[in-house]
Amino acid sequence: MALPVLAGLLGTLIPALDGGFDRLAEWPGLRGAMGLSLVTGFASTGVSLALALLLTAALYGTPAFVRVQRLLAPVLSLPHAAAALGLAFLLAPSGWIARAISPWATGWTVPPDLLTLNDTGGVALILGLVVKEVPFLLLMILSALPQTDAARRMMLCRTLGYGRVRGFALTVLPALYPQLRLPVYAVLAYAMTSVETALILGPTLPPSLSAQVVLWMNAPDLQGRGLAAAGAVVQLVLVIGALLVWRAGEILCRIALPALAQSGRRGLWLDQPLAILARVMGGGLALAMAAALAGLALWSVAGPWQFPDALPDRLTLSTWSRALPDLRDSAVVTLAIAALSTLAALALVLGCLEAEHRFALHPGAGAMWLLYLPLVMPQVAFLPGVQMLALQAGLGGTVLAVALMHLVFVLPYVFLSLSAPFRAWDTRIAAAGATLGAAPARVFWRLRLPMLMAPVLTAAAVGMAVSIGQYLPTLMAGGGRVETVTTAAVALASGGNRRLIGAYGLLQIVLPALGFVLELALPALVWRNRRGMRA
Amino acid sequence: MTAALALDQFRVTLADQSVVHLDVSVQAGEVLTLMGPSGSGKSTALAAMIGTLAPDFRQSGRIWLAGRDITGLPTHARRIGLMFQDDLLFPHLSVGGNLAFALPPRVKDRALVVAAALVDAGLSGFDHRDPATLSGGQRARVALLRTLLAEPKALLLDEPFSRLDAGLRGQIRSFVFDQARARGLPVILVTHDIEDARAAGGRVLTPLGQAVGIGPAPV
Repeated sequence: MALPVLAGLLGTLIPALDGGFDRLAEWPGLRGAMGLSLVTGFASTGVSLALALLLTAALYGTPAFVRVQRLLAPVLSLPHAAAALGLAFLLAPSGWIARAISPWATGWTVPPDLLTLNDTGGVALILGLVVKEVPFLLLMILSALPQTDAARRMMLCRTLGYGRVRGFALTVLPALYPQLRLPVYAVLAYAMTSVETALILGPTLPPSLSAQVVLWMNAPDLQGRGLAAAGAVVQLVLVIGALLVWRAGEILCRIALPALAQSGRRGLWLDQPLAILARVMGGGLALAMAAALAGLALWSVAGPWQFPDALPDRLTLSTWSRALPDLRDSAVVTLAIAALSTLAALALVLGCLEAEHRFALHPGAGAMWLLYLPLVMPQVAFLPGVQMLALQAGLGGTVLAVALMHLVFVLPYVFLSLSAPFRAWDTRIAAAGATLGAAPARVFWRLRLPMLMAPVLTAAAVGMAVSIGQYLPTLMAGGGRVETVTTAAVALASGGNRRLIGAYGLLQIVLPALGFVLELALPALVWRNRRGMRA
Repeated sequence: MTAALALDQFRVTLADQSVVHLDVSVQAGEVLTLMGPSGSGKSTALAAMIGTLAPDFRQSGRIWLAGRDITGLPTHARRIGLMFQDDLLFPHLSVGGNLAFALPPRVKDRALVVAAALVDAGLSGFDHRDPATLSGGQRARVALLRTLLAEPKALLLDEPFSRLDAGLRGQIRSFVFDQARARGLPVILVTHDIEDARAAGGRVLTPLGQAVGIGPAPV
């Protein structure tokens, strides 16, 4: 896993040495782009982490928390690009929010000249990142919580008279955060360097640094290459610097926490306002997401829809029927790539986990870093190098090349999703099989794999969703010749054909959702007569 | 005559501390009971005999089964059957599927063999049942059938009766011992229940090889 990343890094950096840095320094937008990268990174990561932790602290063990858990999978399976496009439809000066309050409340009869989208401060971009990162961090918290003894620690705090939030922060968080660290680093790095969310929601003049690097890469002149490489190096240094700053913050918190704990203040007064804040913000995000998706769906079937009407005059399927051949082709390519990369990832992950079981191996913290490397490394810093390597290997621009590139990103998520249930499987079943004369291979294929069907399918659905959502890796490995629903949707975003964007956006939502439907339906169908296999 | 199952200076140590030390042979049809409180090395002895000992343990001595040295063999090649404390029926397979899993691949007419075994155990027509719908006694019988259908050359019992309620325990116990005797299997029973030891009717040892007096059954 580290090999393509590091090789790609080298391949990216070398062109930068050829005068790239000098030209980059002359680019007037450099300071603004660097500042934007840092601001969006810290703001969206800070807000996402705080909100995910607050939702857990204030709502853990309540019915509201169960609702939050149910919402996680559909929101997680949503590609960043689809979420961003939906939000853009909502927030734009001619978007749904403006239409809903016009003209009766605002008096607008034409879209106002406001920068509600692509604002220079990056507020829309930060919002677009937060809606996707909160569910991701919540999922990571949920999978780590059982190992922290959270329920008993929180109960103990209650009996000592502590408020929920303060008790959580003082007793659960110190055990929880070490397991959250790598996912948080991945979120920080992603937020600083995201290309498709920045292209859709971020400022345009100048754009974010990573988005500008991609624009330079695609520039026809050869000067662009050196500039892009230099920009990628600067982006990498920025991310490393930001991670170090974040790490310093972690250390400060670790020093401050015991002092806070010893003050003995119970913080009971915090609970109610924070619970309300958590509900309002969590509910607001869920509502924004739902409205964004509904907007995509509605535009894809909208007939004439004048500003400031809240709804289109009539509904029509003409967008779908006109674009059907294109939509179908890119859906087939998207699914083929997702299936290839997910199957390969499943084979590799199951192989690793089974080897770990058979040879009693204990992977250390280093292995986790290796796994997270492709998620923490800025994509613009290593993908161009990987692309060059792929071209030299004669693999450029094929579905296979794109699937291989996706594997780098699909594999970590498949591993994260599958490793815990695989390791939690009762190994006495394996011993029982062995004493009945079954060799390890037979135990794996006939006992372990069938019994783990549900988590394997979940991991497959996660892998498919990750692959479907990839933008930059598809663009780079595909060389513009392989078009998935995600690259097509992002390419359309600047054009402004909202009906077509809506159709592609909806397809981006439906394809990963299909995987999750199968993941729920198949085990229920196969195990309908096996009570012991129902969760 | 050579013993069916022989433990030859069989010793397991953990950090230089002896946990198991047995030098004993078990004849065909005989039941040897290993008794002791929990933590006394009973499960370690069983794990060592079937070859699933955790790497922290050290093991020396040899295990002979039907004249063959099986000490270095992997679990699946040892041909020692084991009945667990929990029945550990495979939840994703039907009752018949669980039994067919145990049958050696060379056996023909597998469905017929499975059905006949179920009839013998008083479970006729249970082939397609979901194991999760069986009663405790039925599960225990299916678990024993499954162990026996794999054609083991020795039988280990890991407190297989402790989860059954008192009324059922005697019944399942005699079912297990009768089946083992009928097949001439050497049996090692691990238990902390003195009633199990009395019902087994053979020698009783601690995991470290000392004889245990169990006294006569109460009148």
